[in-house]
Amino acid sequence: MIVADRKPIDEILWMVSDCSKILVVGCKGCVTVCNVGGMKEVGILASTLKIARKKEGKPLEVEEKTLERQCDPEYVEQLRDSYDQYDAVVSMACGVGPQFLAEAYPDQRFLPAVNTTFFGGAVQHGMWEERCAGCGTCIIHYYDGMCPIARCSKSIQHGPCGGSAGGKCEIAPDVDCIWDMIVKKKMEQGRLDDLLMIKAAKDWRTARDGGPRKSIREELLKGEE
Amino acid sequence: MSDLKSGSNLEKVLKAGHFAFTGECGPPRGANVEHLKEKFSYLKGKVDAVNVTDNQTAVVRMSSLVASALMVQEGVEPNYQMVCRDRNRLAMMGDILGAYSLGIRNMLCLSGDHQKFGDHPQAKNVYDIDSMQLIAMVKKMRDEGRFLNDKEIDVPPKMFIGAACNPFADPYEFRVYRLANKIEAGADFIQTQCIYNMDRFRDFMKRVVDMGLHEKCHILAGVTPMKSVRMAQYMAKMVPGMDVPDALIKRIDDAGKGNYAKEGIRFAIEQIQEFKEMEGVAGVHLMAIEWEHKVPEIAEKAGVLPRPEV
Repeated sequence: MIVADRKPIDEILWMVSDCSKILVVGCKGCVTVCNVGGMKEVGILASTLKIARKKEGKPLEVEEKTLERQCDPEYVEQLRDSYDQYDAVVSMACGVGPQFLAEAYPDQRFLPAVNTTFFGGAVQHGMWEERCAGCGTCIIHYYDGMCPIARCSKSIQHGPCGGSAGGKCEIAPDVDCIWDMIVKKKMEQGRLDDLLMIKAAKDWRTARDGGPRKSIREELLKGEE
Repeated sequence: MSDLKSGSNLEKVLKAGHFAFTGECGPPRGANVEHLKEKFSYLKGKVDAVNVTDNQTAVVRMSSLVASALMVQEGVEPNYQMVCRDRNRLAMMGDILGAYSLGIRNMLCLSGDHQKFGDHPQAKNVYDIDSMQLIAMVKKMRDEGRFLNDKEIDVPPKMFIGAACNPFADPYEFRVYRLANKIEAGADFIQTQCIYNMDRFRDFMKRVVDMGLHEKCHILAGVTPMKSVRMAQYMAKMVPGMDVPDALIKRIDDAGKGNYAKEGIRFAIEQIQEFKEMEGVAGVHLMAIEWEHKVPEIAEKAGVLPRPEV
């Protein structure tokens, strides 16, 4: 899923400083699963903003709504009747959400309440970790299901570099060296030979380096006609 | 002559079977050319080539390409270092062509320290290719006369290709295989990380020799003399992939105040003398960090002078 962190409250307060009525809109997709932008978090943010503004002597009227998904025009449409009743709309979805909203409602201001961080999952309750870099050409089958592009600090395809010590990455003691894990797994399984081949330089055209990406499925496009 | 890959002095020294001795010089944190020239002047005639570091420890310095070219002008042979952190393949290949045009004939291909350690941790890193792919790219440019995209190069750059090896990083068992990969990719010579744990290095070299890697590539053992107990402790604790045994820290400490540096140099000289005899070791790479003026003394005492004329 897409993982995000909520922005500091001061930053959100600053964004809405000239508003007297706003809508906080959550998303039931990824940000609900990672406990940052679902219905519950919408409620918490709305209350926090109201309390803070009341203290300042500049009360803020805040309404709440949570859409099924903000990355889907069908659900984005559900704001059609109400979007223009606010000075601004604060989105708690990942970075995709406020952009889809802004495209659907060009005359409204949409503000992001979260910082979108990575594609990952929960490794324990309350902790999420990055797993995928969305490079557009998956190569994890070469590395026993572990991605060095997303999980090595240097994205190297021939690791571990000289900074790997005790299974940890040189950048911080709490960062695992993914190459240490890859090598150990290959050794345990007697498939070290897999790592003795030199891989060609990666083709980054399928990654963000090739420009903004699009995914087109003809059969579905036709189905819509 | 024609079977030389690059014709660099370092290549000739190694090819002739001499015990190589290389030094290192970090470019200045500014455009202070005089300071740079002074630093490498101590190395002139005392080493076969001088490594010129590329924004080492991710701290901005004068570019290694330009510092290497300044060295060429002064009659000192550089070993031009290039890291994958700051450049994509276009910039790298362009710089390699430029380096060759300016008379640079040795290159050391590295991943580079992560920028998190450096003076601009906010920077975006590149890592378009990694050190293994950089080695292969320089080899392709030299031997096939082609860019990474297979297009022909009009006057290919002929570099003597170096790579690094850290026998002290983890997982230890894999290190010799990674070295083999670098040789397979095209490394002509290897310079190792600073060695302090001699037992482990002896074991590592035994593995290298058992695999016959020393016959495919020249391996230079890395030596950095300790200047103080504090430096030894810092290296032991703070530098990832560095193995400094407690016994060595104690030895320097026991030398007593005022004698730490002397003891550090004494240990370095003992190491060099052992490396001269060690099977598979083709030379020493002396990284006297901000201590270039000590190199002549160390070289003299280690018995590696005069340097061979080849």
